[in-house]
Parts: sequence; structure tokens; C-alpha cells
Amino acid sequence: MKKRSFIKDIMKNPVSYLMLLPAAIYSLLFGYCTIPYMVIAFQQFSYKKGIAGSKWVGLKNFEFFFKSKDATHVIFNTIRLNLLFITFTMICAVALAIMINEIQRKKFKKVAQSCYLLPYFLSWTIICYILNGIIGSKYGILNNILASVGMDKINFYVEAKYWTVILVVVKVWKDLGMQMVIYLATITGFDDELYGAAAIDGASRWQMCRYITIPMLMPTVIMLTIMAVGKVFYGDFGMIYALVGDNGMLYDATDVIDTYVFRTMRVIGSPSQAMAISLFQACMGFICVWGTNFIARKKFSEGALF
Amino acid sequence: MKLTRKLTAGKILIYLIVTLVALICLLPLVLVIIVSFTAEAEILRNGYSFFPHELSLEAYKTLFKNGGEVARCYLNSVCITVIGTVLATCITAMASYSLANTSVYYRNGIAMFFFVTMVFNGGMVPWYIMCQNLGLKENYLALLIPNLIFSPFNLFLVRNYMRELPASLMESAKLDGANDGVIAFRIYFPLCKPILATVALFYGIAYWNDWWNAIMLVTDVDMYPIQYYLMKLRSDQNFMKMLSGAAGGSAFAPTESLQMATAAITIGPIVLLYPFLQKYIVKGLVIGSVKG
Repeated sequence: MKKRSFIKDIMKNPVSYLMLLPAAIYSLLFGYCTIPYMVIAFQQFSYKKGIAGSKWVGLKNFEFFFKSKDATHVIFNTIRLNLLFITFTMICAVALAIMINEIQRKKFKKVAQSCYLLPYFLSWTIICYILNGIIGSKYGILNNILASVGMDKINFYVEAKYWTVILVVVKVWKDLGMQMVIYLATITGFDDELYGAAAIDGASRWQMCRYITIPMLMPTVIMLTIMAVGKVFYGDFGMIYALVGDNGMLYDATDVIDTYVFRTMRVIGSPSQAMAISLFQACMGFICVWGTNFIARKKFSEGALF
Repeated sequence: MKLTRKLTAGKILIYLIVTLVALICLLPLVLVIIVSFTAEAEILRNGYSFFPHELSLEAYKTLFKNGGEVARCYLNSVCITVIGTVLATCITAMASYSLANTSVYYRNGIAMFFFVTMVFNGGMVPWYIMCQNLGLKENYLALLIPNLIFSPFNLFLVRNYMRELPASLMESAKLDGANDGVIAFRIYFPLCKPILATVALFYGIAYWNDWWNAIMLVTDVDMYPIQYYLMKLRSDQNFMKMLSGAAGGSAFAPTESLQMATAAITIGPIVLLYPFLQKYIVKGLVIGSVKG
């Protein structure tokens, strides 16, 4: 097609451009127009005065964050929790996908899959209620069981030490089904002839799994993991805030960058400091995404995001 | 592949594990429903249980008789979800058509324009300031427009699907004198029903489960969506427990079974839509994650 100017293109396809307009306006307002506001990280921003009227303070906001005792533990928590989530969800999902693939009863397979997927569609608020039903200090099932075997009840909501485990279990519980479906779809795509050949050679099911399924699944596993590692600096705000909320006693184990930014902005009411932390997070995040994408492109040209 | 129907020890183990995990995924939801039907006195005495001795419909009766706030928030959620899903799907479908339309010369450049916002944006704080500047606070539009009404991920999902349709379709329609609007709405959208259903469900679930917009932009209880109301219910109750010390459960705090009943009716639509969710969303997600 011949090159033509943008205006001419619009004149030629007026209806198409009109149909693009709502999406374009949205992306412009909530995407591009938000970027200039990132400079408030270097200001003492006030909503009344706007960017132009607010005082510039240099790197003070960054200094404030990095000098506070929260900085290291918030950053560390974010990375630690994310890595735990990625590892455990991946292992469980792969194991489950391989097991489901071994099952031949179609009905059974389908019912089981439906069960696994259900948690994925629940909101974190609902999961908060469910969690409270299980580990709640007064009426929770787990505490009832503990009491009935003669042990002391545990008040989970004041003990930070249990929460790493709790969060990992809940996260795996929620995301397991969806990841399993992706792996299962990959496994189903494998060539049946490979298994046929292996069967002729006298391979057992276990050997087939060990030497065919797992090696062939590896590229998908690595690709999805790499993509997840790229987002390692972004905590799951919805999850942490719904499950823990403003429960300060658990912050040691649960506080992540995103909840910290939220509190800095809404509770402490300092958008500039919040922006500084968020800018730091965005930079680290960008390096991570770029780095992991670089690796993905080198190893598997198909897997690269851009 | 040779299919063996023989049951070996390994196979039994697999069936056992698969069943067990399925139960772990399902039982917590069953617990919510059972507790919502348990008599309040029983909960206070024995705590939550899968096998209550005393059942009661009291919680649901209270909920439907003088639900007041709950009913109102539920209605808010339903309205926002319906309007939002329809609008969002329309916006996405229209934009996708233009990006798939080969006579638009700059379509790839425009696709890039959308893609950039997917990987790079200001984050929470600029977003909040932007909403303030646009007057999106303390009104229903604040629950409807920010965050959810358009997602580039869905845009690319639909565009890729439309690209697979034969180009001759559009050409012959154009020869017959149809303009892009007619082609999009009369020919392309009906052909794209499966992917549009996927995208609509994505948006629908996102709207139904959303409380982010509410927590950031709305303070009036009358406007809360049900998800945020549920969240407030718990944190307010904890707050009151703290104030009233060990006594707890003050007169106006909602009872345990009532809380669970509210949670149960919030799960309701998701369970109702579940067959569709499974069918369409799984397909969409697999396409999105495996094929990039």
C-alpha cells in the first residue's frame, strides 16, 4: 500500500477512526496523561496547587523512604512473597496437570477441572470471608479442630509468623486451576506418536512422563515463570489488602510495596512520597521486565513479550 | 496412545490426589453456604462447622426483609456490572475492528499506541490525581469509568481473532456499498461472538469483583458496590470488637450467619455464570498466555 498522510487516512476511513475514538481517549487520559504526574515524586505536591504551583524538593521524598526502617522489609517482602507464589503455584500446577492428563475418564476429568477453576473467579473479599471461616480465632474450623484435639487455639490474626505460609497457601489455592489449565492445554498439544513409540519400546507411564512430558513441558514452564519473575516488584495489592487490611500486627510478614504506597497516599496523605516509592518500583520493575524479556527472546524467540 | 483400563496402585493414587485437591478447592465455598444456613446460636456455641445441628433461614430472611444497605449495594453492583460490561465490550470490539481493518494505513502504529499503555503507565498516584481532575469521585461514573472500561489486552485478543477472518469478506461487503460501521456491526461482530463472549466475561468478572475504584474514589455508603461493602463490614466489625473489648458483637454488628449469607449471595452470579466462564474464559486465557 502507498504511504499516505495521517489526515488523509482519517478522511479515507472516517468510520473506522470514529470507532477507535473511545478507546483512544481512554488510553490517552488514563495512560499517557498520567505520565507527567510522575514528576511529583520530586515535589511537595498539593492537590490544590497542582504541578505548576507545588514546591520542588529534589530527592527528599526518596530519602525519606530509604531512610525509614520500612524500606528494606517492604521491598524484601514483595520479592520474597512473589518468588514463593511463583515457585509453589508452578510446581503444584505442573504436577496436577500431569496427573489429570493420566486420567482417562472424561467426566471425572471435567468435574475435577471445574472444581480447580472455581477459586480463580472469586474476589479477594470473598476469600477473606472464607479464610476467616477457616482460621478465624473465635469460630474458625481450624481452631475448632485444634480445640477438639486438646490443643490451644491460635489467634492467627495477631501472629505474623504464620502469615507467609497462609498467604502462599491461599495464593496457590486461587491460581492453581488457571495455571493447570494452561499446562494441560500444552500437554494435550503434544504429538501422540511420541507416546506410541515409547509404548512400543516398552516404556512405563512413569517413564513417559519423566522423559517425554516433563522435558517437553519445560519451555512453557520456563516462559511463564520468566514472565512472572518480570513482575516480581509488583505486590498483589488486592490480595494483601483484602486479607490483611490495616492489621498492623501482621505488617512484618505481609506488607508489600503496593500496600505501603497505598497507605502513604490514603492514610498518611502524602502523594509525593507515595509517588517516589512507586517510581522506584516502576524503575526496578522496568529493569526486571526488560531483563526477563531479553532472556526470553534469546532462549525462546516465540516467548518474548516484545 | 494405548489406553489401559487396568487400575494400578499408581493410578489409584492419582485419582485420590486429584479428588482431594478438588475437594480442597470446593469445600471452602461449601462452608460459606452451610454457615449462612446455620442458626446463629449454634455458631456462637460451637463455631463454624460443616455439619451444623441446627439449620435456619434466619440470615436470608433478615437479608431480604430489611436488607436496606445490602440490597442497595447489591443493586449498585448489578447495574455497574451490566452497564460497564456492555460499554467495555462495545468499545473494545469497535477499536479491534479498526485495528484489523486493512484499509486503515496506520493500524499498526495505533496498535503500538495502545500497547505502550499496557507496559508503561504512571501507577496508582497519577491515576488517582487524574481521576480527581476529571471529577471522577463520589459518583457512579467513578465506579464505571476508571480502570475497567477498556483493556488493551482484550483489544489484542479480539483483533487477532478478527484478523483470522477472510479478507474477502470485507472487500465484497465494501463492493456492495457497505461502510465500515455496517460491516463491523452486521458482519464482523456476529462472526466474532465466541471471542466477544470471552471478553465480555472478562469485563463482567472484573466489574463484579471490583472494589479498587470504590476504595479510592467513593466514600458514600449508598454508592458502595457489594464487594466493598463486604470488606467494610469486616473491618468495621473488627474495629467495633476492638472498641468493645472482649464482649464483642454489639447490638448493630451483623451476625456471623448474616455476614456469610451476604458473601454467599455475592458468589451467586459467579456460580450461575460458571459454565460459560469455564467455556469461554479458559479458551481466551489459553490463547492469551500460550500464543502471546
